[in-house]
Order: sequence, then structure tokens, then C-alpha cells
Amino acid sequence: MSNVPADLKYAESHEWIKDNGDGTATVGITDHAQEALGDLVFVELPEVGKQLAAKDACAVVESVKAASDIYTPVGGEVVAVNDTLEGAPETINDDAYGEGWIFRIKLDDAAQMGALLDAPGYEKALEEEG
Amino acid sequence: MLIYEQSRAGRRATAQAPSETAPVDHLPAALRRKRRPDLPQVSELQAVRHYTRLSQKNFSIDTQFYPLGSCTMKYNPRACNSLASLPGFLARHPAAPATHSQGIMACLLELQDMLKFVTGMHAVSLAPAAGAQGELAGVLMIRAYHDARGDHERREILVPDAAHGTNPASAIMAGFQVREIPTGSNGDVDIDALRAAVGPRTAGIMLTNPSTVGVFDRNIQAIAETVHAAGGLLYYDGANLNAILGKVRPGDMGFDVIHMNLHKTFSTPHGGGGPGAGPVGVSKRLEPYLPVPLVSRDGDRYRWLTERDRPESIGRMTAFGGNMGILLRAYIYARLLGAEGMRRVAEYATLNANYLLSCLREAGFQPAYPQRRASHEFIVTLKREAKELDVNAMDFAKRLLDYGYHAPTTYFPLLVPECLLIEPTESEAKEDLDGFVDAMTRIRAEAESEPQMVKGAPYKLPVRRLDDVRAARQLDLAWRGGTEAGQ
Repeated sequence: MSNVPADLKYAESHEWIKDNGDGTATVGITDHAQEALGDLVFVELPEVGKQLAAKDACAVVESVKAASDIYTPVGGEVVAVNDTLEGAPETINDDAYGEGWIFRIKLDDAAQMGALLDAPGYEKALEEEG
Repeated sequence: MLIYEQSRAGRRATAQAPSETAPVDHLPAALRRKRRPDLPQVSELQAVRHYTRLSQKNFSIDTQFYPLGSCTMKYNPRACNSLASLPGFLARHPAAPATHSQGIMACLLELQDMLKFVTGMHAVSLAPAAGAQGELAGVLMIRAYHDARGDHERREILVPDAAHGTNPASAIMAGFQVREIPTGSNGDVDIDALRAAVGPRTAGIMLTNPSTVGVFDRNIQAIAETVHAAGGLLYYDGANLNAILGKVRPGDMGFDVIHMNLHKTFSTPHGGGGPGAGPVGVSKRLEPYLPVPLVSRDGDRYRWLTERDRPESIGRMTAFGGNMGILLRAYIYARLLGAEGMRRVAEYATLNANYLLSCLREAGFQPAYPQRRASHEFIVTLKREAKELDVNAMDFAKRLLDYGYHAPTTYFPLLVPECLLIEPTESEAKEDLDGFVDAMTRIRAEAESEPQMVKGAPYKLPVRRLDDVRAARQLDLAWRGGTEAGQ
């Protein structure tokens, strides 16, 4: 069973999101997602300053098996991206919830976080996916 | 060994023939190169041996079962290539006038008519030079149709998530926005999601039927009615035409535009990467927009219809009339098979796929859509093997090579985890299909008893398991060693 930390929120499309408590949130892909994709070879990051609506496709991760869009679970403005992923995409495989974060977003509306899955909810979604 | 590594200074192809270099004094000094190009210097015999050896290392449809199917490499009868290579065809210059091209134009007109007949469309243009170009021509026609009606708000193309990746790409190239429609767990398009998505912005839907998950969408009539009722048009991606050839016609399913990959279904190998041919067929309301040139006949003379005859055309896709060699092979294939033979293609393609599916299921493999019959291809998911034995789809694929089988498509479509997409085509004999099932069964037994061995496969090929992760992260494609010629 893959690792699903209790202090994060999740989207069914396998992104995790962490409320930083200062009106921003950090987004990455889950341990399950990195495991399903396999060794990542390329990450395309969003542009800092870009305005996103919830569920917009905003980044791409590519492994030897597949290329996959990353959807932002919440709307807002991209305030930072993890540049180290450009040279070292494997960071996501090594540490999906830490060093492998993808971007930070300034939330349009903090209430959006409430609509996302919590850890048990995401675990349930994973089980249903089989 | 690379051919560059065999290079020796001064060695020429014509080893014993006296070597003379023609003087180039008549060229201005500024246009002459200062340095010889870095080309390998080898004899003719060395070059022949080098490339023959490389070809022997290949898997090919001529030597092995190749379950990538019509998508990539179905068997193409030799006669089609022989006849398309007649000197009269081969030597024709693309700029030759119609008066000197009556023979080939007669073939092309017949091909237009046969493709119309087999797809049930109102008119066909042979101009697009590849599948993706056919798609682009198709969506440009959809755009031209809405624009001609002043319907400028229709800027959204619906694409099911099981579609070929080229579908959304073509729509975006034609200036549309793409909206994805989910696939239900039974493999059909989620009809409720489709009903919720259509509206005044809908320009059309791009659909492959049978889809990339290898099933025929049973709701096709409801899909057609829903999209048409909303004012949109239906686009048929002909990539999987092999499954329904001569049996079901996209025109009868209500499609307004279709592209056909002649290099998949009609006797040209696709696996080499080109060239291709992607003719488009349309319903009556889209006919004015067909790309030019078209072939027509006045009495006993054939002539090209160009922009002058067809002012509303979306224009030309290529400089000339399309890829003639591919069109000729398709023409000959269609004439060889006739309507009866085309039906047999679809019948045997689906019979072989369903036979293979049922044998693999009996052998304990898990179909991705167990409640569905296969079309011309089907998907097996190895997620159970990956989880319980830690041997995944890629390991099975690599081990198949040791057994003498080209691997099926792996990890596509993306919707199904650890998948093998298997398409045997109409041409394989029962014994060859049985051999494949036997190999898969033996590999699973190996995966149970010695998983590490399977994970290290292949062992019997000139090249062992590649580090595909490192190859993708550190691309290294160009020879940098130089040759003595360049020094």
C-alpha cells in the first residue's frame, strides 16, 4: 500500500496539496502516482505568475511509460515552482511529498481546500480504482 | 559496430574502379566546402554487410508474430507493392500534366469511389499525406462549415479520454479548444458526461470506434444524436477501421467526416514511420470544403479539380496530389480484395482477436474489460502479476522477445494499468496464435518460480535490457567521433 500522509489533502487525479497556512498551498503528485508512472525522466513546470482555475492542466510529468498531465486541485496564482525538478525529475520518485513538490499556488479562496479529499478519502478512492 | 568505426581514410565504394574526382573549379570559391563532410569511408561490400546485419537483428512481420497489429504493421500482400512499383507508376514525375497521367488518375478516381463505398461517405479526397494530416483536414472542414454558417461560437471539440493523442493535438492546431469526455468502466463513452458537455460551443466530437481500448462503442447512435442535436459534427478517426471494414460503415453510423489510414489498413507498412496517406471522407454538407486536388472525369478524360473548381476548399495539404505510392498500393489492395475480401478482413481480424483473448483468459490472464467482446484488438492487464509477483508488463514484453515474439504495445492506452494491447490481425494462423499463448503462459510460470530471471530479460537478443531511464534522461544520439575524412 502506498504512503498517504494524514496531514495532506488530495485530488482524485492523484495530486496532493498542503495548506501552508499563509494563503498559499504546495502541490505535488502522490506516492501512488509516482509509483504507477515509474521512473520520471521529464517534468514540465507551470509559469510563475500564471493564473489557474481549479482542475486546469498546468504541468506535465513524463516517465519511460507515459506522459501525464498534472491538474491543479485549486484555483489561484502560481507563486513558485520547483526548478530542481528540471535537472532531477527523479526527485519526485525519491521524495514525492517533500523535495519532490511541483509548485506553490496562492489560493483564490481558502475554502476550496475543504472540497478536497482527506487521507482516508483518497485511500478509499485508491481502493476503488483497484 | 557503428559504420563510422569501420571507416578508413581513402576507402571508396567502388574499390577496384579507378577513382577520379571531378574538378569543381567552375563553382565560386565561396560556395565550395573547405572540409570534406564527416561521412564513413567504407567499401560497397562493407556497407552491404553492415546494413544486412542490422536488418537481421530486427524483428519484422516477415519473420515473427508481430502483435502490434494494423496499428503498426499488419501483413501487406507482396502483390500490392509489386504492382504499385510498375515502371510506369514509379517513373511518373509529380509535375507531369494530367494529359500524361491518365492511367494513374483512373486508378485514383476508382480509389476515391471504393473508399466512399466502404466507408459510406458522400465524397472522398485523397490529398492528406498522413493520418494526422487527415485529422487536421477533417477538423479544418468542421471549422469551415461552422464559419460558413456564421456560427463562430462553436470553438470546442469534444474528445473522449480513450482517444488517440493526435486527436486533441489536431483540434488545437485547427484553432479549437478541447474538452475531454470520460470513458465508463465498461469501455464505452460516458454518455451522461457527454450530454452534460454538449452545447452552443460544441463544434464536434472526435471519436475512434472501435476505440483504443479495443471495444466497439455500443452507444454510437446515442452519441451521434446527442452531438448532432447540439449542432455539432461527428469526426471518425479511422485508425481502427480494420475491425469494421466492409461490415459497418461510419457514414451509416452518422459520422460527418472520417480519415482513413491507408498505411494501416490498406497495405502499406506503417511501422517505418512513413510516408503515409490519410484520405478524408465527408458527408454531403461538408463536401465543398474537401482539400484539393480531387480527381474527376469528363467523358473519357480524367482531370484534377483544383481551387478554381472548388473555391470553398480548405486548400492543399501537400504540394502535389498526395503520396502516390501509398495510394496505388491501397488501390491495388482494394481491387484484389473487393467488397467480399474486405468483409473477410474485418471478420478474421475480430475472430483472431477474440480467439486470442479467450485463450489468454483461459490461461489465467485478466482482460481489462472482461464483460466485453474484443473488436480487432484487446487489452490484458498484468496489474495482478505486477502486484503479486513484482513482474510487470514491461518484463513480460521483454521476455516475449526471447521466445521470438515482438512485444505487443505496452502501457497504452494510459487508462489501463500494466497493460498489453494485443492485435493479431486477420493474417495470423491459429498455430501462431497458440504459440503466443503458450509463450505467455510459460513466462507467467517463470515469473512465479524465478522472477529475477524474467526481470532481466531479454537474454537471446543482440542487445540486452536497456537502461531506458538513463537513455531518456541523458539523450545521446549523435556520433561525435569524427572520421579520418573530416580531419
